[in-house]
Amino acid sequence: MRSILFLSGKGGTGKTSVAGAFAALATEKVLADCDVDAANLHLLLAPEIVDEGIYQGAKQAVKDEGACIECGRCREVCRFHAVSPSFEIDPYLCEGCGACVTACPVDALDLVVQDTGHWFTAESRLGPLAGAELLPGEETSGKLVAQVKEKAAGLCEAAEAEWLLIDGSPGIGCPVIASASGVDAVVLVTEPTLSGLHDLRRVLGVVRHFRIPAYLIINKEDLNRDIAKRIEAYAEEEALPLLGGIPFDPKVTEAMIAGRSAVEVDGSPAGEAMRLQFEHLMRAIA
Amino acid sequence: MRIAVASGKGGTGKTTVAVNLAISLAATEPIRFVDCDVEEPNAHLFLNPELSDREVVVKLLPEIDEATCTHCGACAEACEFSAIAVLGEEVLVYPEICHGCGRCRMVCPMDAISEVPHELGVVEWGTARGFPFAHGLLNVGEAMATPIIHRLKEDLDERTAILDAPPGTGCPTIAALAEADVALLVTEPTPFGLHDLRAAVGVARSLDVPTLVVINRAGIGDTGVESYCRDEGIPIALSIPFDREIASLYSEGTALVDARPEWGRRFLDLASEIKESTK
Repeated sequence: MRSILFLSGKGGTGKTSVAGAFAALATEKVLADCDVDAANLHLLLAPEIVDEGIYQGAKQAVKDEGACIECGRCREVCRFHAVSPSFEIDPYLCEGCGACVTACPVDALDLVVQDTGHWFTAESRLGPLAGAELLPGEETSGKLVAQVKEKAAGLCEAAEAEWLLIDGSPGIGCPVIASASGVDAVVLVTEPTLSGLHDLRRVLGVVRHFRIPAYLIINKEDLNRDIAKRIEAYAEEEALPLLGGIPFDPKVTEAMIAGRSAVEVDGSPAGEAMRLQFEHLMRAIA
Repeated sequence: MRIAVASGKGGTGKTTVAVNLAISLAATEPIRFVDCDVEEPNAHLFLNPELSDREVVVKLLPEIDEATCTHCGACAEACEFSAIAVLGEEVLVYPEICHGCGRCRMVCPMDAISEVPHELGVVEWGTARGFPFAHGLLNVGEAMATPIIHRLKEDLDERTAILDAPPGTGCPTIAALAEADVALLVTEPTPFGLHDLRAAVGVARSLDVPTLVVINRAGIGDTGVESYCRDEGIPIALSIPFDREIASLYSEGTALVDARPEWGRRFLDLASEIKESTK
């Protein structure tokens, strides 16, 4: 089994649209949605849940009001500003490190496991899918991403799948790093805007940092031809193979509304471009 | 007042809304702009700030004095993140997983642990178009964005602040949204946009931050976002139509209100609606 991760740096460049299209084109594959902050891949897949559960990834300090003597040691040791001047613990700032628990002289603090997300495995019209959603206001999306990858690996083994296609998150931080560990290739999806180029540089830095082979797709390439050319030049400088460009095509959104990817509807120029890019990628990593 | 411009889904137009709102509002009152998307900051591409100050943001990593360490394992046992491991006669620290909380140092019975600063990224300050501008940059390969966001927020005062938040619903988004007076949620009228708007509303509500919605690229998709907002009683404060010229202006880093002055009025109306909503 080999895994391909879709990343973009900048959000909204079309990662999920490309991942969905490649999912429709690949054979013997399992799909994973590791964008647990804003999971969208399932909207193209009509999944039927097979197994699901609550993921408990984070802990949080909880205070026993009766035992607390308000000495303030917790506030002194907390490096995340999670203890207020009146010694209340802010659940959003608490990292669950337990420094306060160690410091408390009267054992008034304890670390309590929190429900942080909801994971699932499913059968979908394009193959088995693993995914998760972070509960509103919960943290540790990196750990939840690792959980999804573990579930997806199990699905791959059961299905004897050849490919694992993983939809990633925007950005370059914790969930991106968690999704990138151990993958065989990354497809970077960018757009011809100054922001797209700026963010591509940073996410390519992360991919190179982990020494993962990367390939580039320029989505909506006709939106600004000059910047598309600058991105092509940058890719050449960086020896980043370009799989191709995708033209702006309203059929991508039309297909999305119908719960399909653009390669599954007739007469979509974007769908045609993605077919060629998929073949190109398969030849490149075969 | 703190106005956080956020979205569940990335690339819906947060930076467009934040930048144009800032430029429009700055003509009527003192404001500051804070780009809290430290993973992929983009506002500087539109505001071209002159940056004058810079500060490195660090976390503290444990350093083990091998001569004093007895390999008792108390540090590894205390670490909630499995960032420190004792294997026989060796202590391993995993810098990328370590949160820099200092608990290992607190529990070491031999006082064999000291701490050394490890750079996570930087914060930069300057001036853009007459108002204070700040942004942060997470170093490539680092996972922890929130300390940089917290550092950016330390400077907030009475002056109206426009915060460009990172996409998503995880820790960086929460760090940016917490304590905001209002969250302006930017979405697009598509199934993806709607799905992620729900998630963003969930986060804002869990933080008790009131929400207003801006629909960007209006006309490209369906009416799901409008129905949702109506059902939930969330006002749609502005709609920006899909227009290739607007997309093209964005692509080259030009603010909409500079190229199309009629939008200045619309962003001021948006500012009034924001203020009205927090009364």
